[in-house]
Amino acid sequence: MRRGRESPPARTRSSRAVREAALGYLLVLPALAVFGVFVFYPFAANFRLALYQTPPYPGLPSRYVGLHQVGQVLASSGFLQSLGSTLLFVVMVVPAGLLIGLLLAVAAHRRLRAMAVYRVIFSSTVVTSVAVSALVFGTLMDPVVGLLPWLGLNPSPPILQNTTWALPAIAVMSVWQFLGLSFIVMSAGLSAVPEEVLEAARVDGASERTVFWRVTVPLLSPTIFFGLVVATIYAFQTFGQVDILIGYSSAAFEHVNLLVYDILDTIEVAKTSGQAAVLSLALFCLTLGVTLLQLRLVERRVHYAA
Amino acid sequence: MRPDSSSSFGERGSGRRPEHPGRRPGRRPGRRRWRLAARYTLLTIGALVVLAPLYLTVVSSLLPPSALAERPPPLFPLDPQWHDYAVAWSQGDLGVYLRNSAIQTAIIVCGQLVTSVLAGYAFAFLRFPFKRALFVVFLATLMIPFEVTLVTNTQTISELGWYNTFAGLTVPFLATGVGTFLLRQAFLQIPRDLQEAATLDGYGRLRFLLRIALPLARPALAALGVFSFLAAWNQYLWPLVVTGSGNGVRTVQIGLKLLQGTEVSRTDVALAGTVIAVLPLLVLLVVFQKQLVRSLTAGAVK
Amino acid sequence: MADVAFRGATRRFGGRPAVERLDLEVADGELLVLLGPSGCGKTTALRMVAGLEEPDEGEILIGGRVVNDVEPKDRDVAMVFQSYALYPHLNVEHNIEFPLRRRGVDAQRRRQTVREVAASLGLQELLARKPRELSGGQRQRVALARAIVRQPRAFLMDEPLSNLDAALRLQTRADIVALQTRLGTTTLYVTHDQVEAMTMGHRIAVLDHGVLQQVGPPHALYDRPANLFVAKFLGSPGMNALPATLEGTTAHAARVARVARVDGGHVPLGDDGAAAAGQAASLVVGVRPEHLALSPSGTLEAKVLLVELLGADVHVLCQLGDQTKLVVRQDASAPRPAIGDGVRIVVASGSVHVFTGGSGARLGGPG
Ligand SMILES: Nc1ncnc2c1ncn2[C@@H]1O[C@H](COP(=O)(O)OP(=O)(O)O)[C@@H](O)[C@H]1O
Ligand SMILES: [Mg+2]
Repeated sequence: MRRGRESPPARTRSSRAVREAALGYLLVLPALAVFGVFVFYPFAANFRLALYQTPPYPGLPSRYVGLHQVGQVLASSGFLQSLGSTLLFVVMVVPAGLLIGLLLAVAAHRRLRAMAVYRVIFSSTVVTSVAVSALVFGTLMDPVVGLLPWLGLNPSPPILQNTTWALPAIAVMSVWQFLGLSFIVMSAGLSAVPEEVLEAARVDGASERTVFWRVTVPLLSPTIFFGLVVATIYAFQTFGQVDILIGYSSAAFEHVNLLVYDILDTIEVAKTSGQAAVLSLALFCLTLGVTLLQLRLVERRVHYAA
Repeated sequence: MRPDSSSSFGERGSGRRPEHPGRRPGRRPGRRRWRLAARYTLLTIGALVVLAPLYLTVVSSLLPPSALAERPPPLFPLDPQWHDYAVAWSQGDLGVYLRNSAIQTAIIVCGQLVTSVLAGYAFAFLRFPFKRALFVVFLATLMIPFEVTLVTNTQTISELGWYNTFAGLTVPFLATGVGTFLLRQAFLQIPRDLQEAATLDGYGRLRFLLRIALPLARPALAALGVFSFLAAWNQYLWPLVVTGSGNGVRTVQIGLKLLQGTEVSRTDVALAGTVIAVLPLLVLLVVFQKQLVRSLTAGAVK
Repeated sequence: MADVAFRGATRRFGGRPAVERLDLEVADGELLVLLGPSGCGKTTALRMVAGLEEPDEGEILIGGRVVNDVEPKDRDVAMVFQSYALYPHLNVEHNIEFPLRRRGVDAQRRRQTVREVAASLGLQELLARKPRELSGGQRQRVALARAIVRQPRAFLMDEPLSNLDAALRLQTRADIVALQTRLGTTTLYVTHDQVEAMTMGHRIAVLDHGVLQQVGPPHALYDRPANLFVAKFLGSPGMNALPATLEGTTAHAARVARVARVDGGHVPLGDDGAAAAGQAASLVVGVRPEHLALSPSGTLEAKVLLVELLGADVHVLCQLGDQTKLVVRQDASAPRPAIGDGVRIVVASGSVHVFTGGSGARLGGPG
């Protein structure tokens, strides 16, 4: 059935396709190169580094120790201390950050007078960097120029040196800093709740409270799960506040040694890249775990709804 | 104060009354007013709490040193002292840091826009083998927090001799999975007919991109731009690692740490620096709120 | 301006041909309508001319030159898309101007040309508007304007009227014909609407499942359809098709009798029909509704299923025997039967087409 003539057009088609594919790879290449060098390669390198022990003196070759080092680091009191602080920190920051954000979003989710101003104010902390919030709160909590003594809250030793209060203090400023993002995400979720559904519930005679708990919140659950992941990852990655306000000089350091700080500390001070790689992988697993958990939960909810 | 008609409060007004025979119409206006008052009270308290830290910072930065320790703290700088700002600017090298931050942010924003546009275009419009797999690779970057790659990245930067350079500061961030995803989605919204019409009108791929695709993807570009700006300007961990020794490319966020660390006695100066560092972003927030919200919630609404 | 030709053009999607070995020529200045049901490959054929789709086999010629290897932008053809494909971010003026910018026309001339073309289509008031601020008919005219502003060698139009309401479609149909006549530009016009095809085309090419069925002037296709598909597709309603057997036991007897037996009676075949039918194993006879009438002296016995009044005409749907249905068209002034009535139908002499039962190819008939 094939005609003798077909080959020239077939060739041009394939050469066009080859050119298109070449262009495709060319356009993807810049991003891919950056990802390769600064994301995938260093990520993968962790798995190798984790198996080698870095000698205490620079210049000496590192030694293959296999999984021994992984177990050693994960069982070390330093890591457990750091992991404990981090998890405690997550517990302090995540629910508070999300709940306050949700509360403010619900309060501001009416087309009332001046609402735009409130929205800008509630979103505002999203633009404050960790350094800014650390300085702002560092000043407020300063034992001399800060407001705490005046408010009658003057723990001794000073709050940021205080083994009991340093972590909660960092948590409070983190909640404040996270509030903007939390408010924005919750507001977007609320706007995505279809107004007709709420109206149908009201027409059915439901009170505002019933509408909120029985209709709005269930419909908002994907947003809340998303917020949970964002907040948890935010908390896991907290570093700047600790670096600026605590540091090793603080007496409370051991209790505020969050995971990322520990990683950087291991890289820069201890200079044991093998141990740092193990810590990095631990952080990765925590993050991955939270994300997968969210996917599972959202999936299950979708099943219920169907 | 009457709520706008579109609010759900408004819609329960007199027009709907016949549908709610069980309610007592006489009491409702009063109850509604009470609720409204409660709502505004909550909003106002929330606003005060959220704003207080920044507001007190601004006020304190303008107080004369002697007034800093006054209790209760002055709520308004009656005699604003701009002196601290000058000190922060000159002695704290804040001017240099701001310039560095501006350069670093500009490079990252432009770089991310360019790489995202190029890759997004390829993923949306071109056919090539392993396209899907590559796209999954791009999305996979979202699962790897930057902190996890720190160990090797510091070594890479050191081997490249990129410590204390803008290259070291910016190159790791010149591509973004989220940005590529955003632009791909925006490009996919463009009907194929438009692309073909442009082809027949004599516009090649590049001209189609510039004259049709980019203008139509402007909302996504703006969202990505604002988001990159925010993220780049506020970066802390990586600039701290890369600009450890020297003012050459140190950014304002690290500058703030130094203001805090080295001049403990000069709290007012540190606060002035804080205000200077956050100001560009407050402007960004007010002007580009819509784009900012869009980019921050891109992942939340599927 | 130039002629356009397909030579054995084939395009497959996933192994299935969307257009199969299409041989077709559109003469210089001609308006040729490519007609067929949805999914028959009309758009694919059009896109091959535009260069948006490459033929797997065969050639596309424009102005006598094979253009298979010519990029779409260098083919110098303009396409009006079904969706109009207006650029949403450009106003009407810039939409129309868009193709000119790539053709090295200076700004002064461009403005001038755009204004002329816009005026010729009644768009001069709308130049500053964006597409979303236009009605469907206005958008359609902007799409036309963008095509003609380039003065291309050929127009390709893909169902340009399908998104308009009925009244506007009628008006625009006439406008496009007038425009094409004035410009004299070779036009390949795709539609699934046979009325559009009959009223607009200099010639019509009917496509079914990617295969060309027949090409010719509208009246030729209507009067002498090459096969059952064309016969049924043209006309509203299309030709009635009645499975038939020959009267008599031998071919010779049938030729003498010139009659075919169908459900409910028999129909006269006429000379040509009888001659052609003589050789066939199985037959289908075709009669247009307007060549049938209800009459007590009719040779077909039927039952009325449905009576539709369409203003000037009435369509009477009848059941013949168990299997066959046909439509009789009569004047609205004629007496109308009631549903369920038993009627007799008379077939006008010399109006019966004969097709083979298998492939549906035409064997003979009037004309
Ligand atoms: N890009 C494509 N990929 C796969 N199949 C296609 C493509 N374009 C068209 N087809 C198929 O080819 C056939 C003809 O399509 P088309 O030319 O659009 O028909 P028409 O325009 O006559 O409605 C259809 O069966 C359609 O599904
Ligand atoms: Mg079509």
